[in-house]
Amino acid sequence: MKPLSRLMAVTRKEVRQMRRDRLTFAMIFGIPLLQIILFGYAINTDVRNLKTAIVDEANTHLSRDFVAQLTATQVTDIHVHVSTVAQLEDLLRAGEVSIGVAIPHDFDRRVADDTRAAAHILVDGSDPTIVGIADGLRNLPLRFDTVMEKQRTELIEVRPYYNPERRTPVNIIPGLIGVILMMTMMIFTAVAVVRERERGNLELLINTPVTSAELMIGKVLPYIFIGLVQLAVILIAGDLLFDVPVRGSVLDLYIAGCVYIAANLALGLFFSTAVSSQFQAIQLTFFMMLPSILLSGFVFPFDGMPQIARWIGEALPITHFIRLTRGIMLREAGLGDMAAELIFLGVFAFVAMTAAALRFSKRLD
Amino acid sequence: MNIDDLAIQARGLSKDFGQLRAVDRLDLDVPRAAIYGFLGPNGSGKSTTIRMLCGLLTPTEGSANVLGVDVPGHAGDLKPRIGYMTQRFSLFGDLTVYENLQFIAEIYSIPVNRRAARIEEVLENYDLVEQRKQFAATMSGGQRQRLALGCAVIHKPELLLLDEPTSAVDPQSRRDFWANLFRLAEAGTTILVSTHYMDEAERCHRLAILDHGAKVADGPPQELQRSTGMTIIEVLADDPYHAQTAISALPVVASVTQLGIRLRVLIPESVGDGLEQVRKVLSDHGIDADSRLSSASLEDVFVAVTLDEKQVAA
Repeated sequence: MKPLSRLMAVTRKEVRQMRRDRLTFAMIFGIPLLQIILFGYAINTDVRNLKTAIVDEANTHLSRDFVAQLTATQVTDIHVHVSTVAQLEDLLRAGEVSIGVAIPHDFDRRVADDTRAAAHILVDGSDPTIVGIADGLRNLPLRFDTVMEKQRTELIEVRPYYNPERRTPVNIIPGLIGVILMMTMMIFTAVAVVRERERGNLELLINTPVTSAELMIGKVLPYIFIGLVQLAVILIAGDLLFDVPVRGSVLDLYIAGCVYIAANLALGLFFSTAVSSQFQAIQLTFFMMLPSILLSGFVFPFDGMPQIARWIGEALPITHFIRLTRGIMLREAGLGDMAAELIFLGVFAFVAMTAAALRFSKRLD
Repeated sequence: MNIDDLAIQARGLSKDFGQLRAVDRLDLDVPRAAIYGFLGPNGSGKSTTIRMLCGLLTPTEGSANVLGVDVPGHAGDLKPRIGYMTQRFSLFGDLTVYENLQFIAEIYSIPVNRRAARIEEVLENYDLVEQRKQFAATMSGGQRQRLALGCAVIHKPELLLLDEPTSAVDPQSRRDFWANLFRLAEAGTTILVSTHYMDEAERCHRLAILDHGAKVADGPPQELQRSTGMTIIEVLADDPYHAQTAISALPVVASVTQLGIRLRVLIPESVGDGLEQVRKVLSDHGIDADSRLSSASLEDVFVAVTLDEKQVAA
């Protein structure tokens, strides 16, 4: 029972120190809440109210009708009317508007002519999302006065399963769980060992009977608990603020969470044994953070990335965890449906933990 | 000496860090229940030797037996039986005195039924009763040091390794600290302490002087002082600077050290008329000075043994 009691001694000490470190304690709840609110409200792919400038050289009944339709879509917010295309370009360049609509003086004739474009929409191409939105404006129906064009039913209908209202938070939050847990867990532990080295505590500890494994696991245990609390905070906030569902089993979600947290803690510990200052530890976690956010499928669809980027993505724990959370929360999948993802996380945690314990025991020679 | 009477026995212990030889073929015999000192300047290999003895570093060559255990091979068995105090304060500043002791007691697996009593005992012995709820980070240097010693002995180790334990405390705390060490040695604990203070080295039962990783002297301090092989001459001069210049020019002089207005001159005993030569050179230069024979201090011993090597090399 000696190993177990030593391990618990390390854990108790760690909890005590954590409770006294108010900033760390605040971060445990502050980071998930702040991030869920920021990401949940700010990231919105349902774009509206783009600032728009218009040159209407035709100024006919039809052209004014066209402008009214543009306004009715709510995508554009008619900001200013100017008199020349050159002015329109100036406004775009200055970034004052994102969309410029140029209606030529022969607009009515062009509408009747199938070979020529009736109007031009100038788009600020420096933002890819806006280009996509403007493309959608092409399909606005143009009609002559009282002549109603026959409404054509769509050839192909898209039905977004699992998120029929296409609400962004529903897509974002399952992935956000992965990002938040990674940030806090990895930073906490990356700093944990190196801080004790900086303060000289390690020199004392390695001279006691405590083994590296006891020290590593004892340090990690309280953070697993904190990770699970954070997971609860995110799920509750997601439900209350954004009505994000958990359609699958909450237990499955927590099991996946446990393994993912362990993987991140182990990686953090490994970093901590590899660096020589807290500053370096933070740098290393940021080095991990960027590919984790960009290549995990959190922001961009995984399948659309080039092969090499997908390989890197596959090596990151967050990629597998995001698949699990999206599956369990939105698609009502069970762990059995996605066993490979869970196994990857488990193996990752074990390998990183072993590497950390091995590196640690050899540190003085 | 019989191996059973020795707490530490090392033969040919060496450690290289790349090109640098930090410890050079060290032989050590540390008797049980004694205070054994390592005296040497910074970089003389004191810390490296201590770290090899407790198994933190693997010797490049040689072997060591500590408390009957071969290190570094079985260092794990040794950990519960030794106490270690680092040069730098290494306890947890954000834990209280009591919590620090409690943590260390748990780490050493002191049984629950004896733990609280042992912690109280340590608080009592090391004058920390009033500080029990104080955070370690807010304590004075002397208090921290008492706590560090208390933590190092909480499991009643047979061997205590102290790496420059008093480099950060005032003279009064140092005296108290040594009083504690004597008490521990009397109770049977073997203590290995490294220092670069002469007055501390003088208190050890036995002393090894290290220089550039090699042992240049070994024995009880009084014996080392008797057998320097040097004639020690103390010179009192109104103009010590010129006196020093004049004396240094004598080919027989091994070393001249200025202490205020006094000079301590070391001349090998083989030179029969050292004192006469010093007196002559001073009067030749018209320097008014009073020269007389003196007995060796530990500092003279230190200078003599560390100089010897350089002279041989030169």
